[in-house]
Amino acid sequence: MSILINKDSRVVTQGITGKTGMFHTHHSIEYANGKNCYVAGVTPKKGGEVVEGVPVYDSVAEARAATNCNVSVIYVPPPFAAAAIDEAVDAGIEVVICITEGIPVKDMILTRDRMRGSSSILVGPNCPGVITPEEIKIGIMPGYIHRKGRIGVVSRSGTLTYEVVDQLTKLGLGQSTCVGIGGDPVNGLKHLDVMKMFNDDPDTDGVVMCGEIGGTDEEACAEWIADNMTKPVVGFIAGVTAPPGKRMGHAGAIIAGGKGTADEKIAALEAAGVSVTRNPSDMGKLMLEAMQK
Amino acid sequence: MKIHEYQGKAILAEYGVAIPRGKACFSVDEAVAAAEEIGGEKWVVKAQIHAGGRGKGGGVKLANSLDEVRAHASEILGMTLVTHQTGPEGKVVKRLLVEEGAPIQDELYLGLVVDRTSQRVTVMASSEGGTEIETVAEETPELIHKVSVDPKTGLTTAEAEGLAGKIGIAANLVPEAGKLIQALYQAFWDKDASLAEINPLIVTSDGRVIALDAKINFDDSAMFRHPELKDLRDLDEEDPDEIEAAKFGLNYISLDGTIGCLVNGAGLAMATMDIIKLYGASPANFLDVGGGATTEQVTEAFKLMLKNRNLKAILVNIFGGIMRCDVIAEGLVNAAREVDLSVPLVVRLEGTNVERGRQILADSGISVIAATTMADAAEKVSAAAAGA
Repeated sequence: MSILINKDSRVVTQGITGKTGMFHTHHSIEYANGKNCYVAGVTPKKGGEVVEGVPVYDSVAEARAATNCNVSVIYVPPPFAAAAIDEAVDAGIEVVICITEGIPVKDMILTRDRMRGSSSILVGPNCPGVITPEEIKIGIMPGYIHRKGRIGVVSRSGTLTYEVVDQLTKLGLGQSTCVGIGGDPVNGLKHLDVMKMFNDDPDTDGVVMCGEIGGTDEEACAEWIADNMTKPVVGFIAGVTAPPGKRMGHAGAIIAGGKGTADEKIAALEAAGVSVTRNPSDMGKLMLEAMQK
Repeated sequence: MKIHEYQGKAILAEYGVAIPRGKACFSVDEAVAAAEEIGGEKWVVKAQIHAGGRGKGGGVKLANSLDEVRAHASEILGMTLVTHQTGPEGKVVKRLLVEEGAPIQDELYLGLVVDRTSQRVTVMASSEGGTEIETVAEETPELIHKVSVDPKTGLTTAEAEGLAGKIGIAANLVPEAGKLIQALYQAFWDKDASLAEINPLIVTSDGRVIALDAKINFDDSAMFRHPELKDLRDLDEEDPDEIEAAKFGLNYISLDGTIGCLVNGAGLAMATMDIIKLYGASPANFLDVGGGATTEQVTEAFKLMLKNRNLKAILVNIFGGIMRCDVIAEGLVNAAREVDLSVPLVVRLEGTNVERGRQILADSGISVIAATTMADAAEKVSAAAAGA
């Protein structure tokens, strides 16, 4: 098993005729069971075309009616990306993964408000996507660094996730599912939500979580871990050296009003029993030690 | 994006928020002329820089005569203002705001932020204006009142007036204050602001409610739909290196250490800075080249880092995913040749085609210290910087 997506997922790519959408759909189809998983694409007014062997529809609703797709991945440009999420949610897509970076925060406030009461799950935006190794890859991560296994990975960042995965794979630790939750301040799944899923997943034995400065999501997750988590967790928080008031690349990575520092997050995780390392080179090693206990 | 106080006040005035009469000035003569035009007997001369704490730093002065306006304007204009938000190097004041003096009775606080947990705009109000709200939050959190705004309805009259009442505004002024708070919310929402603060909001002795200060930041991601805000950007207030970097799609922030870092991805870039510190050195910058890392970008990144006189070594840490390591290595070699590197260069490449990438670096003839893991890279760059 795995969380969120597996070899039976039926994926629609929103924005499939754009350069980015086409490129990553191509690589995702080539990965593992991708050929069977990618069943539809959507670009308004481009219905009837075929891209990467996948039929294109005018809307997600049409795509869903025709193919019964249940997962969507969004590569739509920022001004239209929140509307694309709304469309997927309205069409009843179960898991919506938004890769797009640079969506206005106001758009996301409205989109998240619309999602109240909906059973759809949003991952991202501004994230690398989700991968269940050797089954399905949905997003922009390099597939080949992953191995099937029993470690869950959840992270706010892209390349830092690849770094962890690479370390795990080289140490012989495969991954159940790797989830990039994204670097935006208003987003879908948080560390906490993904942690609960991994805790409930019988095929996940331990979790590596990568956080970064900004917000209090890692603290909220730590609080839950302390009382509920039954599996070992290894943590790393990026941004110990980041100065306050400066946005470190990600829209959400900023220490504002003295809140959201790496030290606070590290302290909260340590208090919750998480093995936290300050050395990003040691994330995999720490997980291996936890698994050998 | 940040703007000046006088620009923020102009936006708020469009929405019906009461502000003192005032004028932005770029010279001492303009300041005196503005004071004459405003009239009255008291004026305030305020430095316009994109940082808080101006009053404490000597950038806000009360004048009781036109001569005093001239004296204060001469003193403040061109001064290097150091506040807790400018850093020790301070900011040179190039613009002034001259305003009528207001008879202050009470100083209150209003602030709007996007709350990440509720995923809504939160309006905060406090009776403790004029001081730093972080201090109030720390010492007397019960004096900060909050409303989480439903984006469908906006801030309602009942919510706005409720806040006004809670921060001690007299009952007869509550409707006026409520309207002001609603107007502030509307401006925040319409303009895609990410932060708005009025500190202080004042009640005058003659019974008016006025925004005496205004700080507004905007969501950079939404600037495409606000052409009217573009001209408000003041490049003098931004780091010239950061502006230059942005032209090449580089996300760059200067820091005070000695190790230049060039990394792809924001999270990995922060982690690289952290591991440098862990190995006893300290980062000279944050630099995210994004997913592409083209020759042009790497060349510009090298040029930017080399401008820093404190620079002792450069660490390149690239996790090539979609972008292959051999392509990145070629870019690095071309860039290094073009800029004539004067400091040791440590390169750690990982990802697709890494062997070929490392071979390209080894065969290039440029002097590269190759590293395998992040820890190895951090250790080598710290040693190289110490030896330099």
